Amino acid sequence: MIEQPVRFLDRARAKLGTEGVATVGVAARRLAGMREAAFAEFPDGEAMRDRARAIRLRTLRQLDEHLAAFADAVAARGGHVHWATDGNEANAIVAAIASNHDVATAVKSKSMVTEEIELNEALEHHGVHVVETDLGEFIVQLAGDRPSHIIAPVLHKTRYEIGELFAAELGVDYTADPTELNAVARHHLRSVFLRADMGISGVNFAVAETGSVCLVTNEGNGRLATTAPRIHVAVMGMERIVPTVADLGVMLEVLGRSATGQRLSVYTNIVTGPRRPGDPDGPDEFHVVILDNGRSGVLAGSSAEILACIRCGACLNVCPVYREAGGHAYGDVYSGPVGAVLTPALRGMDDWHDLPYASSLCGACKDACPIRIDIPELLLDLRAKATSAGHDDRWLRRGLSAYAAAATHPAVFRAMLRAGGMAGALGREGWIAKLPGKGGSWTDSRDLPKPAREPFYQWWKRNRGT
Amino acid sequence: MDRPTVQLFVTCLVNGFFPAVGVATVEVLERAGVDVVFPEDQTCCGQPAFNAGFHDQARAMFRQTVAVLDATDGPIVLPSGSCAAMIVHHGPALMADDADMSARAQAVAARTHELSSFLVDEMGLEDVGGGCAGRVAYHPSCHGLRNLGLDHQPQRLLDAAGVDRVEVEGATECCGFGGLFSVEMPDVSAAMLATKLDNLEVSGADIVVGGDVSCLMHIGGGLRRRGSPIAIKHVAEVLAEGRP
Repeated sequence: MIEQPVRFLDRARAKLGTEGVATVGVAARRLAGMREAAFAEFPDGEAMRDRARAIRLRTLRQLDEHLAAFADAVAARGGHVHWATDGNEANAIVAAIASNHDVATAVKSKSMVTEEIELNEALEHHGVHVVETDLGEFIVQLAGDRPSHIIAPVLHKTRYEIGELFAAELGVDYTADPTELNAVARHHLRSVFLRADMGISGVNFAVAETGSVCLVTNEGNGRLATTAPRIHVAVMGMERIVPTVADLGVMLEVLGRSATGQRLSVYTNIVTGPRRPGDPDGPDEFHVVILDNGRSGVLAGSSAEILACIRCGACLNVCPVYREAGGHAYGDVYSGPVGAVLTPALRGMDDWHDLPYASSLCGACKDACPIRIDIPELLLDLRAKATSAGHDDRWLRRGLSAYAAAATHPAVFRAMLRAGGMAGALGREGWIAKLPGKGGSWTDSRDLPKPAREPFYQWWKRNRGT
Repeated sequence: MDRPTVQLFVTCLVNGFFPAVGVATVEVLERAGVDVVFPEDQTCCGQPAFNAGFHDQARAMFRQTVAVLDATDGPIVLPSGSCAAMIVHHGPALMADDADMSARAQAVAARTHELSSFLVDEMGLEDVGGGCAGRVAYHPSCHGLRNLGLDHQPQRLLDAAGVDRVEVEGATECCGFGGLFSVEMPDVSAAMLATKLDNLEVSGADIVVGGDVSCLMHIGGGLRRRGSPIAIKHVAEVLAEGRP
C-alpha cells in the first residue's frame, strides 16, 4: 500500500544529505549529461522535438477517436481490449484473466502504470506469484522498496547495497561487481521466465492504426516476458496513444535520447496481436487494459498538457530539487517535476497540494523535456488552485496580503522602506545571522542582508530629484 | 540628436535592500547615453505572490505596476531578469479577465527589458566600460536565462569590460532561491545552495556576479554563513566600476 501522504518537505528532510540521495545526484547528472551529448550529435534534434510535441498535443485533442481506432485494430488482430475506469477495475480485469487461465506465475516487464495501480499486490492477493524481470524493478521487489525514478527504479541504491541484498535474499556470495550482479539476476530469472503462464507489460506507445503496442527496454526482458508465456497482458494509461507507425518513429527518435542518451534503446518491440498460425512464438492470447484512473479529468482540465509526457525521465535528471531530495520524497510513483504535476492532477489536491511547491521554478525541466511540456507553468497553475482551495500557509497568506496592501499604496510602501532603513541602521550595517519565527527558515542556513539605510528612491530624490 | 530616455523599474528588493545596484544601473545607462527617469510610485511587480499561487495579491501589485509604467513613455529597464519576466510574461496573463488592463499590461510588457538585454539587444552595445579585480564567476539566474533567453548578453558585457571570468561546474543549475521556495522548502533550498556554493568555491572565483539581486542575496547569504571570502556583485555594479 502507498503510505499515507505526509508533506514533501518531511519526506525530503529524511533523505537530504544521505548516501542514497548522493547516489541519486551523481546518477541523475550522468543521465542528464548523456542526454545532452545525444542531442548535441543529432542535428535534427530540436525539429524532432517540435514534431514530437505537435503529435502528442494533436493526439490528446482527439484522444477518444484514436482510442476507438486502436481498440478496433487490436480486436481485428485477434486481441482483447478492456477498459478500466480506475486501478481497482484494472487489477480485477487482470486478476480475472489470470484466474480464467489458471495462472500460477506471472512475469512482468517494467511498467510505471502497474506501479500506479499496485497491480502486483492485487495479483498476489489472488494467489498469483508475480516476478519483476527488469533488473531495477527486480531489485525493488526483492527489497520491498519502491522505484525512485521513472526509468531507473533503483537510482537510489548503490551496487554495494544491491550486493548485500542479493546475498541475503538469493543465497549467493556477496559481490558488488555489476556484471556479476547482473548474472545473478539473469540466472534467477531465467527459470521464472520458463515457467511463467502470463507476461505483464506496460506500454510505451500504442499505435492506433495497427493496434500495436510498442515496448522499449534495454535488457530484453520485455521481449521475453511478452513472447514466452501463454498470455500477454499489456496495461496502458489511456494517453499512451500515437496515431500512426510514422508518429511512433518520431517518438522513438526522442525517447531513447532523452532517457539515456541512446539513439534507440537496445530492444524496441512492436507487439501486434497474439501468435498467428505459423508464428514460431508469441502468446496464445493478447490483452490490452486501457486505464483511465483520473486521466479523463486531467484531460478536461488545465493540467492536460502533462498527459503529453512520454515518461523519459529527462525532467527528473535535470531537476535540482530531484537531485537533492531523490524520488521517494515525492511520495508517489511519479517523481520529479512531472510527478509534482501529475500526482496532484491524478490523485487530487487534498493530499498532494504541497507537491507543486516542490520546485524552485528554475525551468530546467521544460528545457530538457523532449515534448517541451511547460512544467513550470503547470506548477504555477496548480499552486493557484491550491491557494484557492485554502491549502496554503497562513503565514504566507497574511504576509503577502500585508505586502500587497503596502505595495498598492506607494506612500505607504515608501514609508515601509524608510522604516526598514531605520531598523537596518541599528547596529552594524551588513547581514543578519539569526531571525526569530518564520524568518528562521532563511537564517537557519544563510545570512540575510539588512534593509539599506537609504532606500533607492531616497537616493534618487537626493541625487536626481527635481 | 535627443538622448533616449528610459524608465527605470528598480525592483522592490533593490529599492529596499540593494540600492547600490540601482545607483549602478543609473550610472551605466547614463554613461551609455541614455537619460533615466525613475517613476516614484513604483512598488513591487507582484512576482513573489504570483509564484506562491496567490493570484489576488499578485494581481493587485501588478495592476499598480502597470498603472505607474503605462503612464510613462519609452523603454522600461530593470536590473533583474526575474522581475522583467514577470512583467513580460506572467503579469499580462494575470490580467486576462480585464480587457482594458490586459491591453495596458501588454503595452507595458512590449516596452520592458532586462538591463543587459537592453544594452546589447536594443542598443547594440557590447563595451559599456566597467571592470572588476579578481576572478569572476558569472551566475546566470534561471528566469533570465530560461524565460528571457539571457544566455550571452551579460557575458558579452562583462568580457568587454575585461573581466577575468572563470568557468563553474553546473553553472546553469539553480542556486535554490526560487523566491518563497527558499523559506517554504528551506532544507531542500539549502541543499541546492550547498551544491552551488561547493561548485563556486572549486571554481577559484573571487566574486560571483549575477543579474538578479535575489539570487545574489541567497548565494551571498550562504557564502557569508560559510565564512567564505567570495564576494557578490550585480552585473550593473561591475559595469559601473572604474574605466568609463
